[in-house]
Amino acid sequence: MLIIEDLQVELGGKTILRHIDLEIKEGETHILFGPNGSGKTSLLMTIMGYPQYKVTGGKMIFKGEDITCMPIDRRSQLGIGMSYQRPPTIHGIKTRQMVHICAGKQEVNVDELAQKVNFGHFLERDVNAGFSGGEIKRSELLQLMAQNADLMLFDEPESGVDMENISLVGNTIAKLLEKDIQRSENKPMIQQKRERSKMGLIITHTGYILDYVAADKGQVLYDGVLSCSSNPREILNCIGHEGYEECVRCIIRTN
Amino acid sequence: MYNQDELRKKAAKASNKAAALGPDIDLTAYDMAPVAHEYLNDEKLHAMPKAEQDRLIMAGLDISENARGGTYFQKDTAVVHCKSHQEGIEIIPIRKALAEHEWIREYYWKLASVDTDKYTAAAELDLHDGYVIRALPGSKSIYPIQACLYMDKDGLQQNVHNLIIAEEGSELHIISGCASSPHLKRGIHVGVSEFFVKKNAKLSFTMIHNWAEDMMVRPRSVAQVEEGGLFLNNYVCMKAVKSLQMYPTTHLVGDNAVARLYSIIVGTPGSEYDIGGRVYLKKPGTRAEIVARTITNGAKIIARGHLIGEVADVKAHLECKGMILNGGIIHAIPELEGHADGVEMSHEAAVGKIAQEEIFYLMSRGMSEDEATSAIVRGFLNVDIPGLPPQLKAEIDRAIEQSDKDVM
Repeated sequence: MLIIEDLQVELGGKTILRHIDLEIKEGETHILFGPNGSGKTSLLMTIMGYPQYKVTGGKMIFKGEDITCMPIDRRSQLGIGMSYQRPPTIHGIKTRQMVHICAGKQEVNVDELAQKVNFGHFLERDVNAGFSGGEIKRSELLQLMAQNADLMLFDEPESGVDMENISLVGNTIAKLLEKDIQRSENKPMIQQKRERSKMGLIITHTGYILDYVAADKGQVLYDGVLSCSSNPREILNCIGHEGYEECVRCIIRTN
Repeated sequence: MYNQDELRKKAAKASNKAAALGPDIDLTAYDMAPVAHEYLNDEKLHAMPKAEQDRLIMAGLDISENARGGTYFQKDTAVVHCKSHQEGIEIIPIRKALAEHEWIREYYWKLASVDTDKYTAAAELDLHDGYVIRALPGSKSIYPIQACLYMDKDGLQQNVHNLIIAEEGSELHIISGCASSPHLKRGIHVGVSEFFVKKNAKLSFTMIHNWAEDMMVRPRSVAQVEEGGLFLNNYVCMKAVKSLQMYPTTHLVGDNAVARLYSIIVGTPGSEYDIGGRVYLKKPGTRAEIVARTITNGAKIIARGHLIGEVADVKAHLECKGMILNGGIIHAIPELEGHADGVEMSHEAAVGKIAQEEIFYLMSRGMSEDEATSAIVRGFLNVDIPGLPPQLKAEIDRAIEQSDKDVM
């Protein structure tokens, strides 16, 4: 479980997140909405542990451990993983090698994993070097699959992905988050649901991801403040019709 | 025409001539009297002390000769082993070749000038030895030939002259190591090398250097590549050296000839490197690429590169990337010279540090900060070299892997 309590964050001396309260239970996936510049990526980077995002108040608890001041690598080892929107290119490190890095001490069949996201042709290329938007997403998903994290942060996983690959990306995320429950002989669906432990937090603008991932909750981040927590479909409809400002106002009133 | 008197006269005139680049060295401070070493037959070669073998391995010389097509091994001034295991490939000590083979006169001092500076002069006036490696027309080297110039005697000036000839249609791979023994403190290595890549031949020359902290190194190399030929030159130096200065020149004299020069340098404190490569593109369709990756931990590194396009329809690129990790200087000097309409030449130079963003990215995948830093540094030095046999790539990787322990 991830618990964020009254979190306040500064970037370059400017407060960018205020009074953030958020709770993601085991098996839950939340969708994070919000206009450009509202602080969505900052929240993800803060959860991941990027030190330039300075926590000036509140705390973050993951799996019962206070991670507020934990370095990035410890958080990763504890089970937090992230799919970046614009990851850096690292020259001389091949994608194949990167997948091994993600797997850590676990054995991993890189070719088999890569096949799942149609990425076999990119394994011998330097990671992210000249990758298109969609290729970056698939590379990030491949790395997350190898990492086997328990809490996965996705920064706009469907942006830049062509129509052909969008279902591939969507279904892969659903699988990672154990949202792809299927009828099975050995296990009733209800039990599968109960045994889910993976947690997700997904930033989306378009909401396409909702067609593939049955998200449990939606959150709207507006001007550094988490302003709403509701059914993600409902939020998406509201934003679509009324815009963020109106959507946030409506929620505040009803709250 | 070969004229020994003439050569010696020219050399004598240049014997005090300082080099155009790099700190001047007082050669009188070194001893160049020949040092006798016993010739090692196969059995004795394999019985070398383990410590010495390990040091040679680092310079690419595998005593077991496992997956090697032949060996030239010179210790100080004496040839201690020289043998080819492959048909069509000849390895001859250069003094022997000069004494016994008339054809050698067509190559000796044909590309390099004996009066370039005091070092080339010394290599003529007091030549110790060196190797001639020649791939006969159409022959293919299955395994690379290994050549090692080892310095053992403290205070020695080693004068070497090498000729490498890839005859028409041949393919030749050489790994050349230079190293000094653990107890050697100071010395100077002077090495003249002339490379002849004939029509449609392919020559790869991978040099791995392991010197001592007080070593002076002055290689003088010139290559000539004929029509359709490929010359691949890799230089790796990960260990300390007092001063290394070289500016090898390649002439692409035939249509569609290609040269690719790669240098990977890790400079330790107190070391001074002035390195680079120069390629003349003289015929249509010629291509050249010069790539340098340098890291300094307190060394002074001057990384030069010079491309000269003399005719239309040539393509050349120069890439010079440096990283300052812990003090030191990196001075990149890329030069492009176009002499005709229709040349295509470009360069890319950068001096920087490890990007924090990359470290964090790797940390978010589970690596510690140190592991991430080291992976990025290794990646920076890990250059793809098209056309290099995998086992030679593995030798370079091993040198980088080893240096990694020193860098961090």
